[in-house]
Amino acid sequence: MICLPDPDPSLLARRGDIARALRAIVAEGGVVDDDVRLAAYETDALTAYRRRPLAVVLPETTAEVAAILQFAEREGVKVVPRGAGTSLSGGAIPAEDAIVVGLGKFNRILDIDYANRCVVAQSGVTNLAISHAVAPEGFYYAPDPSSQIACTIGGNVAENSGGVHCLKYGLTTNNVLGVELVTPQGEVVRLGGKHLDSGHYDLLGLTVGSEGLIGVVTEVTVRILRRPQTARALLIGFDDVEAAGACVAAIIADGIIPAGMEMMDRPAIHAAEAFVGVGYPLDVEALLIVELDGPAVEVDYLIERVRAIAERNAARGIRVSTSERERLAFWAGRKAAFPAVGRLSPDYYCMDGTIPRRELPRVLRAMAEMQQRFGLRVANVFHAGDGNLHPLILYDANVPGELERAEAFGFEILKLSVDVGGVLTGEHGVGLEKRDLMTYQFDATDLTVQHRVKHAFDPDVRFNPGKVFPTLRRCAEQGREHVHAGTERFAHLPRF
Amino acid sequence: MNVRTETSRLVPRDAADVAAIVAAATGALEPVGGGSKRQIGKPVAADVLDLRALAGIVSYEPAELVLTAQAATPLAALESVLAAHSQRLVFEPPDFGALLGMAEPQTIGGVLAANLAGSRRVTAGAARDHFLGFRAVNGRGESFKAGGKVVKNVTGYDLPKLLAGSWGTLAVLTEVTIRVAPAPELDRTLVVAAGSVGECLALLGAALRSPHDVSAAGVDPQRGSLLRLEGFAASVEARTRALCDELKCEPSDVLEGAASRECWQRLAGGASLAQSPVVWRISVPPTDAPRVLERLEAEQYLVDWGGGLILAAYEAVDAARVRGALTAGHATLLKAPAEARASTPVFQPQPPAVAAAAARLRHAFDPRGILNPGRMD
Repeated sequence: MICLPDPDPSLLARRGDIARALRAIVAEGGVVDDDVRLAAYETDALTAYRRRPLAVVLPETTAEVAAILQFAEREGVKVVPRGAGTSLSGGAIPAEDAIVVGLGKFNRILDIDYANRCVVAQSGVTNLAISHAVAPEGFYYAPDPSSQIACTIGGNVAENSGGVHCLKYGLTTNNVLGVELVTPQGEVVRLGGKHLDSGHYDLLGLTVGSEGLIGVVTEVTVRILRRPQTARALLIGFDDVEAAGACVAAIIADGIIPAGMEMMDRPAIHAAEAFVGVGYPLDVEALLIVELDGPAVEVDYLIERVRAIAERNAARGIRVSTSERERLAFWAGRKAAFPAVGRLSPDYYCMDGTIPRRELPRVLRAMAEMQQRFGLRVANVFHAGDGNLHPLILYDANVPGELERAEAFGFEILKLSVDVGGVLTGEHGVGLEKRDLMTYQFDATDLTVQHRVKHAFDPDVRFNPGKVFPTLRRCAEQGREHVHAGTERFAHLPRF
Repeated sequence: MNVRTETSRLVPRDAADVAAIVAAATGALEPVGGGSKRQIGKPVAADVLDLRALAGIVSYEPAELVLTAQAATPLAALESVLAAHSQRLVFEPPDFGALLGMAEPQTIGGVLAANLAGSRRVTAGAARDHFLGFRAVNGRGESFKAGGKVVKNVTGYDLPKLLAGSWGTLAVLTEVTIRVAPAPELDRTLVVAAGSVGECLALLGAALRSPHDVSAAGVDPQRGSLLRLEGFAASVEARTRALCDELKCEPSDVLEGAASRECWQRLAGGASLAQSPVVWRISVPPTDAPRVLERLEAEQYLVDWGGGLILAAYEAVDAARVRGALTAGHATLLKAPAEARASTPVFQPQPPAVAAAAARLRHAFDPRGILNPGRMD
């Protein structure tokens, strides 16, 4: 049970005045403050938590964002920035005494610059729209979070989003060249641009992954890459997870960085195969998908090299894609793993720790023990190349206490990730969800240093309150809502 | 604590000593690893915090692509350990020793604190992009950590990014964790004899836009355009042919292995500009390069990062001309006599709102202003 800060009654009392002031700043229809429409903004993809904000304001220009933030600064109003609301860690969940600044109208691509291999987009443009815009010339934007059809590039900047291909191509931070940021004081600053690196402190690098705590990003410059000529994949089964892990290590030790390297455990394999029926082997304990991309000659060469490594590492059954259709079929089960697991159970809770890969057997053994102890099942999908685990804990929110047990189970997995030398979150962000675990990974001094960074931008602590950093405020008695998988937000999105 | 003190030289034995020294400091401190970059930045009047004892690899897991080392571990030692496992630092730190006339060894902490990256910056990222985590001592004498020891991590602010390129003004790095990468089977450089600089720059742009995975692209006016292809030998062979076909060019020379690496190290390190007393390191949007080069009127220059980086050499410092030549990007005074560096902003002056944020961050880490004071002013 995660506590949200108690709302400030004086702000709640000024709700009408605040909405009126915002209406004076933005175009007609740009302020939402009726309960029916506000309901759409109550939560994000961490749907177990919801809070209705004071109002939602939907500016159309950077000048309007600046005016809104200047007003908020003057009046001491809290601000929650929001892109598409696809955060899995509750990064966009409002506070009751905050206004939400929605970037939905910042939906234009401003500049496609092939000569400098970059795109300048407003922050509300979706991740996938950038790749679509440059596809005619054979380019794409590399980071590919599973929600890329819906999530915005501004949200990607806030969360430093990853994706299946980030082992080879990096996270958002490695692919962003510049941002326009409106500070909590309402000042517009440009960090970076079409050039590389900063001439002074790397405030751009600090902004990426700052989870909406230091301002509102209104524009993003990203680098674009030539789409690889070819991509092929191998589907490799193993009798145990240790062997699969050893194979992954051997591939990397051989000097190969695959475009994607994904592992699934037995429950995930069975769930996926039952859902999409693409011919996954059902008699293996672990399944590895290895994708190689690049020039055709290189891909063909590496496919054989990976095949040989797999054979040396106790692989049982190796399939190599011989067509684009087959490659996509290999991926279909993996990409459908979340909804597939969702069919096994009314609800599931997705975790996101990263571990040193060598610790995988130990972590999976511990998880098996935890399943017994918590009385809940878990299925594992795993970005095997970079050690990013996504255990999916199955539960039924209608059974009293199960959600709390699922959360406790998840938190124990994340603590174990830290214990074995890893971290709480590899790509989903701390947000609300993992806030109270920050003290497990970081000591008081570490967190104090981070707090001071926050204060350097937001001395009044008004931006995205209650996120990332634990607060000392005691938890008030709170009711809780929960949502079944059937009515999950963005249920149509692949999750991986 | 048993700290050996020479005249104005403080020599901690370990990270705990660093914290104790900083906490007890009453005056300014200049953190020094190997000392190879002490002539970059505004001269600092401070006691030397000699970090040489903080050397050694703490852990290295080749299959995890992660290495943790004490901050003052010599770069050469670290790179030879990586090479023994057929790995490397993909950002290929440049060595300015020849350019600056400094024989001191670089350390990994110094490379990260300066965010230095070589020719592969344009495709594989800078030091910042491979800096995963650290332990450090801030200006308050507090020992803290940030980031992590795994390649994928978004837990908390990305403070490694902030410390990369902060030149020891925010905190003293004591331990760093970096991402490492496999070394390629074949490292090949195609030298395409010089046309005009405009033609060379056009060639670099076309090469980097091609699908043939060109990993670096630069211009040495003495030699011509330089294009780098790396990876598995069969792939490099095929891509060499495809690239030359696409660009309709015939290499005048092909360098491989150590010769290829040496070529790029000389370019990134500006070794051929060593005779010049003043050298600027200028980052611009690649397509600005032809116009910027024209306006710079440099006596000598080198181009890297597909046009995005210019090393421009002069007899004297003329910051107005150099910075006035840019419409975007930044210019750092990489080499100049101490008196010139004392009177010229070495780092690109920031717009007021950005400078104010930087000053607040500096204050947050080092409220007394004792770490390398003035070095980045």
